[in-house]
Amino acid sequence: MARKITIDPITRLEGHGKIEIFLDQAGNVDRAFLQIPELRGFEKFCEGRPAEEMPQITPRICGVCPTAHHMASTKALDDLWKVEPPRTAKLLRELIYSAFMVEDHYIHFFFLGGPDFVVGPQAPAAERNILGVINKVGLEIAGKVIKVRKECREIIQTLGGKVIHPVCGLPGGVSRGMNEEERKKFLGTARYAVEFAQFALQIFDDVVLKNKDYVDLILSDTYRHRTYYMGLVDDSNKVNFYDGKVRVVDPDGKEVIKFAPRDYKNHIREHFEPWSYISFPYLKDIGWKGFVDGADSGIYRVAPLARLNVADGMATPLAQQAYERMYNTLGEKPAHATLAFHWARLIEALYAAEHMVELLEDPEITGEHIRNLPTEIPQEGVGIVEAPRGTLIHHYQTDERGLLTGVNLMVATNHNAAPIAMSVEKAAKGLIKNGEISPGLLNMVEMAFRAYDPCHACATHALGKTPLEVTVRDSKGVVLKRLTR
Amino acid sequence: MTSKPKVAFYWCASCGGCEETVVDLNEDILKVVAAVDIVLWPVALDFKRRDIEALSDGEIAVSFINGAVRLSEQEEWVKLLRQKSQLIVAFGSCAHLGGIPSLGNTANRELIFQRKYMTVPTADNSAKTFPCVSTLVDGHELDLPSFYDTVKTLDQTIDVDYYLPGCPPPTSLVGEAVRAILEGKLPERGAVLAPNKSQCDTCPLNETKPEKLAIREFKRVATSAPDPKTCFLAQGYICLGPATRSGCGERCIRGNMPCRGCFGPMDGVLDQGAKALSAIASIIDSNDPEEINRIINTIEDPLGTFYRFSLAGSLLRGSRVVETKRGG
Repeated sequence: MARKITIDPITRLEGHGKIEIFLDQAGNVDRAFLQIPELRGFEKFCEGRPAEEMPQITPRICGVCPTAHHMASTKALDDLWKVEPPRTAKLLRELIYSAFMVEDHYIHFFFLGGPDFVVGPQAPAAERNILGVINKVGLEIAGKVIKVRKECREIIQTLGGKVIHPVCGLPGGVSRGMNEEERKKFLGTARYAVEFAQFALQIFDDVVLKNKDYVDLILSDTYRHRTYYMGLVDDSNKVNFYDGKVRVVDPDGKEVIKFAPRDYKNHIREHFEPWSYISFPYLKDIGWKGFVDGADSGIYRVAPLARLNVADGMATPLAQQAYERMYNTLGEKPAHATLAFHWARLIEALYAAEHMVELLEDPEITGEHIRNLPTEIPQEGVGIVEAPRGTLIHHYQTDERGLLTGVNLMVATNHNAAPIAMSVEKAAKGLIKNGEISPGLLNMVEMAFRAYDPCHACATHALGKTPLEVTVRDSKGVVLKRLTR
Repeated sequence: MTSKPKVAFYWCASCGGCEETVVDLNEDILKVVAAVDIVLWPVALDFKRRDIEALSDGEIAVSFINGAVRLSEQEEWVKLLRQKSQLIVAFGSCAHLGGIPSLGNTANRELIFQRKYMTVPTADNSAKTFPCVSTLVDGHELDLPSFYDTVKTLDQTIDVDYYLPGCPPPTSLVGEAVRAILEGKLPERGAVLAPNKSQCDTCPLNETKPEKLAIREFKRVATSAPDPKTCFLAQGYICLGPATRSGCGERCIRGNMPCRGCFGPMDGVLDQGAKALSAIASIIDSNDPEEINRIINTIEDPLGTFYRFSLAGSLLRGSRVVETKRGG
């Protein structure tokens, strides 16, 4: 009998998410869909607003990664008014941004993605959460996680005005500088973050890499897609979160496109489906071929593993070592194993922490010249940063007074919409056979999207179970079985 | 099973920042967990609508709901929570007054769909595909909640007992509100759980605000640099301090940026935008109608500025609000 399985809601991805799995007569997966039932319409209602208000309006797209929107928007304003921020302002922006990457990546690893590995993918649901992680690794480590998050967020709060929805970004600079006392304090935080980052990688080593079952799981075909990858790189093709050019590599790792932010619209197109509010971006030159991977399909991936895949290395020494080790272990570059996103995330957090130290040791960071005032007539601007969850593009067009006439936003999870949908379907097909469904197996379906770091789950997983309810229905919609955890 | 009060958290059209604020309670969240029995928190706990449906009416002591109401699913959820809860607290600007998502009321469903799915420079939609509430794919039916024409506040959808303002509310106010509820020391129903003072009253720059403000031109932070040690209004930058409730810790001001009004109005003010507008109008330094007009025209985007966080909750709330252009 044909059946339908609904996982609703799954952990939030830039809003709510819902998985629909349709089984055939034999109880195998016929189709599986990830739907995003959410839309707020920023692209429309930002029209008419003064462009300089966008760094404060757009963070309200996402309260988990407001700093990413704030920064992409601020950079779009630099481009719009054709003004270059002074070096001190750039250092401050990068410091805020690096602190943000550190705290955000750890929230995901320890509270959301980590429990699947640290506690176990099929462990009882009541243990597969941060409390289970604490049980396994000890309360002392939990204290360290809270400390690193809290202190990094203090940096953003101080320099950004607010940690949730910062206000400091202006065309040509920032609104607030940093004094020597703050610099010393934050340098302590940065050094602690480097120490913590190495420690987090050690945990990953001990818990995941020394467990053959996990390594097999990471490398298994169920969690694998050969796609294109996209991410920002600096002049030496090293990973950069704040600035640079967007590089795209094919499934064999060959650079196929490298473009400046301004040119994004020459390379990306969005496909639409009537069953989701989210769009499905793809590479224009390759084309939309449906939800399939490979070199003939324009589908690409973004976020930690994608960034490492497109780059030639990391810009800081400890992160570079970790980078080499990961590719040596995975045995391929680009690495296509979706679960390796978790590993890449920890390497990026180490880079971000090392970069915080570099920035804070730069004497110019406490300089007083924090802004260059715009003098040009605004017309069009594009800002791109790497959000924790991938390439984030803000594109504004204005009248001569800087009032917005056109807004296009391509947010990180948006780029990964098609890959996530494919990963969920592939995992469902690989894991659900002959109608056998268990909460553990369904969690392993969820692991397929969780690797991409769905936007909202974060630390709030601390208190209990992953929200998941599965209803098995026959073809007439009659409920046959319910599973909850 | 337990005699602890039952508490629910839910979100509607919002960004998740209100949830992060709760996480930012850090260690204190454990005290909350010890004192109450959380029966619903979609981002943190097992999310079961049927569990909520199975509760008796009024069995939940308090539901904290953030976000505005934009989709049919959100309306269904908040109505269910109203039925099951003794108290409903509208948590954050969006639930309180509509917040940033209610700027969506300057457009409507069709205009938003046209932009999002047709006219953005990256759209490839010659087939004119738009999201549908029901779609058949390979013989399988897929559903989506419907997207309303307008954004509504929480109290335009259900009765609300208390309001916790801010985008997001600061952790200090969240902690105080939880304590007041647990100790039964709540003010009169309908109250906003924040001081009934204006931002100006508590602003660190207040002493630089002259007795009588007199403005001949409004400036923009885009093209000029405010002095961070002087009242923004005194310098000619639009600041919503006079029309906005205090309690946020003046976080934006301390970040050297003017207030944008996320805490909403003080008690007894029906329309924050109108209040702000009258406050600004009163400081224009001219008696000549032509000159007044010139000065007013230096205010860009009055609708999006004065109603930044409160459009849905204002007198203008509906979708028939048309795009306001400069000087319009």
